[in-house]
Amino acid sequence: MIKIITVYGGMLLVALGRTLLLTLLGLFFACIIGMIFGIMGVVKNRACNIISQIFVDIIRGVPMIVLAFFVYFGVPYFFNTIIGGFSISLTALQAGTICLALNCGAYMAEIIRAGIQSVDKGQMEAARSLGLTYGMAMRKVVLPQAIRTMIPTFINQFIITLKDTSILSVIGFPELVNTAKNVQANTFMSFQTWAIVGIMYLIVITILSRSAKRVERRLSVGR
Amino acid sequence: MADKNIIKIKVSNLKKSFGNLEVLKDISTKVTKGEVVCVIGPSGSGKSTFLRCLNKLETVTGGSILIDGNDITSKQININHVRENIGMVFQHFNLFNNLNILDNLTLAPVQLKKCSKSEAVTKAKNMLKKVGLEDKTDSFPSQLSGGQKQRVAIARALCMEPDIMLFDEPTSALDPEMVGEVLQVMKDLAADGMTMVIVTHEMGFAREVADRVIFMDGGYIIEEGTPQEVLLNPKEERTIDFLNKVL
Repeated sequence: MIKIITVYGGMLLVALGRTLLLTLLGLFFACIIGMIFGIMGVVKNRACNIISQIFVDIIRGVPMIVLAFFVYFGVPYFFNTIIGGFSISLTALQAGTICLALNCGAYMAEIIRAGIQSVDKGQMEAARSLGLTYGMAMRKVVLPQAIRTMIPTFINQFIITLKDTSILSVIGFPELVNTAKNVQANTFMSFQTWAIVGIMYLIVITILSRSAKRVERRLSVGR
Repeated sequence: MADKNIIKIKVSNLKKSFGNLEVLKDISTKVTKGEVVCVIGPSGSGKSTFLRCLNKLETVTGGSILIDGNDITSKQININHVRENIGMVFQHFNLFNNLNILDNLTLAPVQLKKCSKSEAVTKAKNMLKKVGLEDKTDSFPSQLSGGQKQRVAIARALCMEPDIMLFDEPTSALDPEMVGEVLQVMKDLAADGMTMVIVTHEMGFAREVADRVIFMDGGYIIEEGTPQEVLLNPKEERTIDFLNKVL
């Protein structure tokens, strides 16, 4: 145990850093995707609703490991070999970010859609009756209330996304799990290695969810 | 008060269906400037739907609605501009839960650039004083009683300086002892010459304040006239029936 920490500790910490980097990148783009498809799910336009629903259904219906292989190997192959004439290649970080953003984005879209729909219809009607446009009413009245109810679910989704980065070890991104595999291969100390890795995840996620609870409490003031 | 020569609202052959359900079958009426019109009738008669058509919260199926001569059922009309001049008060208040009372009142005037922030605040405070709630500026809606919420909702609508006010059962969700304070605010408003259309179950209020009472049933206007005519000497059997049940 001590040997792993002294010899491989630095390496594992760097790998944890990469895990966090991938998580943050994924979440950033997932928020954008989630916002777009979430709003498309609630506007009064059949076409938008259907596009949003199809996107969510496809992503939810495909395991992330399949999505990862598809984005990392399948998409470049499609452009370079099937269509031909391209020489596209994605780094593992790029492919990983795309995967996380799509996957987490679909769930975020559902959270945002449900959050907006949970706000009483009367709030929108009252805002519109004063002459506010749909966009103004959404921004100033409906979304602020929806976001409050979304926060706990968001935090949960962030944690799931952080854990999902471990799946991306399959496309060779040197995040925590991938690095730990190498450590185990070098030392043969699987019990110690995976215990340390588990504890590392546990610490980060605990810190994350505790500080998120604090934010949640601060936001609910004045309710 | 009522100026019979200026027609504020003219409804002609209004029809409204929800899917196969025909809620409004053929409604025609008009409201003149400064007139107070109370709409009464059994539940399900279409009175709320009728009111919600007047500011296009419901899209009509047929007929026309002229507000100050402009047909709001036409696609060319900017409904947001029309709504700026029509205040609406809801049964369930619908105060913005994420904003304090002052922000509830100033949101629309400021967003729609009706006036500067400081002017809006001054006006909002005046309106709150008018409804007797000047000490509540920093409270949130959840901290107010039902009667207070409804008075704030009226003040919020008035901050846009509308020429027409619509009330959708404004006292139906209130505890009995709070009905009086809301009706008083409405009476003051009527005395100031506001054009008002009120869906209500308060027959006493209708008799006292209304210039005209409309009795609706089954998607039609069955009878309309002065409170004296409709409430005290109804001619139609359905009106008599309804009044016997509620009085």
